[in-house]
Amino acid sequence: MVEAIAFYVLAAVAIASAFAVVSVRNPVHAVLFLILTFFNAAGLFVLLGAEFLAMLLVVVYVGAVAVLFLFVVMMLDVDFVELKQGFLSYAPLGGVVAALILAEMLLVTGAVRTSAAFTDKPAGLPDGITNAERIGRVLYTDYLLHFQLAGLVLFVAMIGAIVLTLRKRTGVKRQDVSAQVGRTRKQAVELKDVRPGQGLG
Amino acid sequence: MPLEIGLAHYLAVAAALFTIGVFGIFVNRKNIIIILMSIELVLLSVNINLVAFSSFLGNIEGQIFALFVLTVAAAEAAVGLAILVTYFRNRGDIAVEDLNLMKG
Repeated sequence: MVEAIAFYVLAAVAIASAFAVVSVRNPVHAVLFLILTFFNAAGLFVLLGAEFLAMLLVVVYVGAVAVLFLFVVMMLDVDFVELKQGFLSYAPLGGVVAALILAEMLLVTGAVRTSAAFTDKPAGLPDGITNAERIGRVLYTDYLLHFQLAGLVLFVAMIGAIVLTLRKRTGVKRQDVSAQVGRTRKQAVELKDVRPGQGLG
Repeated sequence: MPLEIGLAHYLAVAAALFTIGVFGIFVNRKNIIIILMSIELVLLSVNINLVAFSSFLGNIEGQIFALFVLTVAAAEAAVGLAILVTYFRNRGDIAVEDLNLMKG
């Protein structure tokens, strides 16, 4: 009973906030609604017994990706109201395509519902192993190579993002440590013989 | 509303999220930031599908693949936003409709 209520609340808020992501004018609000969507999806994951992925979703998406989006949205000085023009002119075509996709997927969902291959009860956790431990047992044995490759993907993405956004600007004063350290006494100090009562001409 | 939550319920939620994502790509033709967010929504719906099947079939490998999808989505967001920042620096604008230099 409680599980059903939790599911319906989480699903309804997730879908509503996802729709808000694509329809609000202010992109900062869109990012905040995206965070709400991810949070509710994490709740759905918890209901499904996938606690590890739920926490990962909160940490990676809400903590990293959404904040990255927020940074970029706030950093770029763009007239977002002008970018929203044409929303209504594209809406009919998008609506038709979206309705077709939704109808087809709900058809498949109905087929899954009546199929005997899928039991309607979630398969519970056997002998008290936690979700994270189950994932770890498979991830670090059978999928070790894939795990390493995922790390490589993230590494290459990191280097790519840095290379794309790094730029050398001329005319900017920077601290040059080697030039500072490499200065000799001769370059830096000059001894002047100052006579009493006279300044340095 | 049935009180017994089955696999089909989760699949329906994922289908709705996927549809909203595709709809968002269609209607926000000018704003590339919203397009990137819509792609994130689509990938999230794929993850919900994977985790739902993993849970209802009692097979953990679906969650492993959801993990990999999460990884690729994070990398995609990082590189996409980097490209966006570079494009904005060069053009002073992020209108996608002007992205026709290659006349594809």
